Amino acid sequence: MALPAVAIDQMADWEVAEKQIGLWTDAWQRFRRNRLAVLGAGLVIFLVLIAFLSPLLVHFGIIHDPLKQDVANIELGPGQAGFLLGSDQLGRDTLSRLMFGSRISLSVGILVQGIILPIGLAIGLAAGYAGGRIDNILMRFTDIWYAFPDLLFVLVVVSVFGPSLLTIFGAIAMVNWVGLARLVRGQVLSIKEKEFIEAARSSGSPPLKLIVKHLLPNSLGPIIVTLTFGIPQAIFLEAVLSFLGVGIQPPTATWGQMVFDGYEAVYANPTSVVFPAIAIGFTLLTFTFIGDGLRDALDPRMRR
Amino acid sequence: MAVIAGRPKRGALLPSRVASLTDSRAGSLAIFIVKRILWMLPVVFFVILITFTLMHLAPGSPWDKSGGRQLSQTVVNNLNIRYGLDKPVYEQFWLYLVNVVHFDFGLSYQYEGKTVTSLIASGWPYTATIGLLAFLLIVPVGIGLGVLAALRQNSRIDYITMGFATFAASFPNFVVGALMVVAFSVLTYKATGGNFFLPAAGFALDDHLVMPVITLALLPIAYTARLTRASTLDTIRQDFVRTAWAKGLSERLVVVRHILKNSLIPVVTTLGPTFAFLVTGSVIVETVFSIPGIGRAFVVAIESRDYPMILGTTVLFSVIIAVANLVVDVAYVFIDPRVRLT
Repeated sequence: MALPAVAIDQMADWEVAEKQIGLWTDAWQRFRRNRLAVLGAGLVIFLVLIAFLSPLLVHFGIIHDPLKQDVANIELGPGQAGFLLGSDQLGRDTLSRLMFGSRISLSVGILVQGIILPIGLAIGLAAGYAGGRIDNILMRFTDIWYAFPDLLFVLVVVSVFGPSLLTIFGAIAMVNWVGLARLVRGQVLSIKEKEFIEAARSSGSPPLKLIVKHLLPNSLGPIIVTLTFGIPQAIFLEAVLSFLGVGIQPPTATWGQMVFDGYEAVYANPTSVVFPAIAIGFTLLTFTFIGDGLRDALDPRMRR
Repeated sequence: MAVIAGRPKRGALLPSRVASLTDSRAGSLAIFIVKRILWMLPVVFFVILITFTLMHLAPGSPWDKSGGRQLSQTVVNNLNIRYGLDKPVYEQFWLYLVNVVHFDFGLSYQYEGKTVTSLIASGWPYTATIGLLAFLLIVPVGIGLGVLAALRQNSRIDYITMGFATFAASFPNFVVGALMVVAFSVLTYKATGGNFFLPAAGFALDDHLVMPVITLALLPIAYTARLTRASTLDTIRQDFVRTAWAKGLSERLVVVRHILKNSLIPVVTTLGPTFAFLVTGSVIVETVFSIPGIGRAFVVAIESRDYPMILGTTVLFSVIIAVANLVVDVAYVFIDPRVRLT
């Protein structure tokens, strides 16, 4: 009698488990089984390719220049006069602006995590490892920071320092490090009490080595998950800023700006809202899928 | 008192012990509430301090671009005196704090002679109406969907609800608002040759409210539904629920009295973040639907660098969120007797 496919799968798992696989192999296997997460990862790779290749495509004349205005062909619907997804109020090509917009969204989403990581790590490690008064002060500080509504803070900072790319990166990073700091602190607090740390400490490991070799590697999973969920959050904040007209300034193409421009001319050309709106929504959805997949793969205890 | 002293010891022991227990709980509850209120003060203080500092870090003076021309030094000096900007910064900060305590948020820069308080007061009814309606939609719909999905776990209803929640949580509210306008105003306008299904902009107490309220409520509904589902699933697996089924109680009784009563306790904590959603959401929804509320006023103030208005709105919004969190924390203690007061 043939076994059902599921049972064979499970048997394969048992065999693998007997070989004592490491955390990363194990995580990769679990991630691979999550179809939505794999689909999400594929879509992100596709987006990254678009972001990198779009200037080349313009160079070789495959897509229009995103800044080139064509006053004879404004507010076109999809497919008209060689504009695959239509054109905007200045006759610029919607498709190529969408492709160039992905550069802004992706770089905000990913680079902001690069700013958050050192801040969150430093504060979380200091609070969790030192404990006592330092912990108390740092956590009260993060509590206060947390009380500040994200969007309002970013809007205030951008209004004060002007809407440059750097200000926007900084402002978004400044509201998003709190979650990571709290997570790292919690991780350190729980790992600190484990026997292997005690063993390392009693065999004379200096604090720095203890942190780098034991505390950090053991909290890496949750940190990666938090950073992944931070990506859609940052993309969202940048898009809102652009939509409200205080983000990265025109003529640079950003998705939020495109939704706003399209919305202004929504009766003449409804699709000019729909395309960038879909781009934003599905990009955020994609990163959420990846985050869910990574969470299930790297941190099975967090699973609901 | 002889009567009490003469009471049998055994009988006296239990009630008095119970009484002292509840007394000490009431006492610690009072201390807890006072502590939480006192904690709110530094939070609001620091929000004001941070915003105030940011405003004063701004390069240039607020009069640099006044009406697009360069103002003479005398005019600038007079403006500075009028708005109190000639004083040292720490004195300005102190004066501002004193005024805020008296609900005086200063004069707006962009509207000549208007106080920030009057601007906020004129926008307040719009923001409050839409926020309140959204709240009234979020609680029943979010909780209802969550409970339904959990009770029928892995059914079609569960998948649809959770799929919807994932989508709703990923689509920013300005995107949702704009797409709804396309679907329910623009396309119906074109299809019917001049009839809106729903109006796309403005404020009135009729179908103008439908799209703004849904746009505002969608994300919190998704959030509440997810949390309710998770918490209900936790409860369903508890021993006392199995016992309730085993004693042969009706489904209604088990669900309402045993499952819901316990699974809704953690959902109360989401009401704090829900208020934060509503407050920051108002900024976006009022912009999308051209509603003259506080959120819209905030965006206009940001665009025209009307610092007193920005400061006033930020303070107001943070106070609302802080108070909402305070109320939720205190309510939680009343609802869940297991909560430790610290």
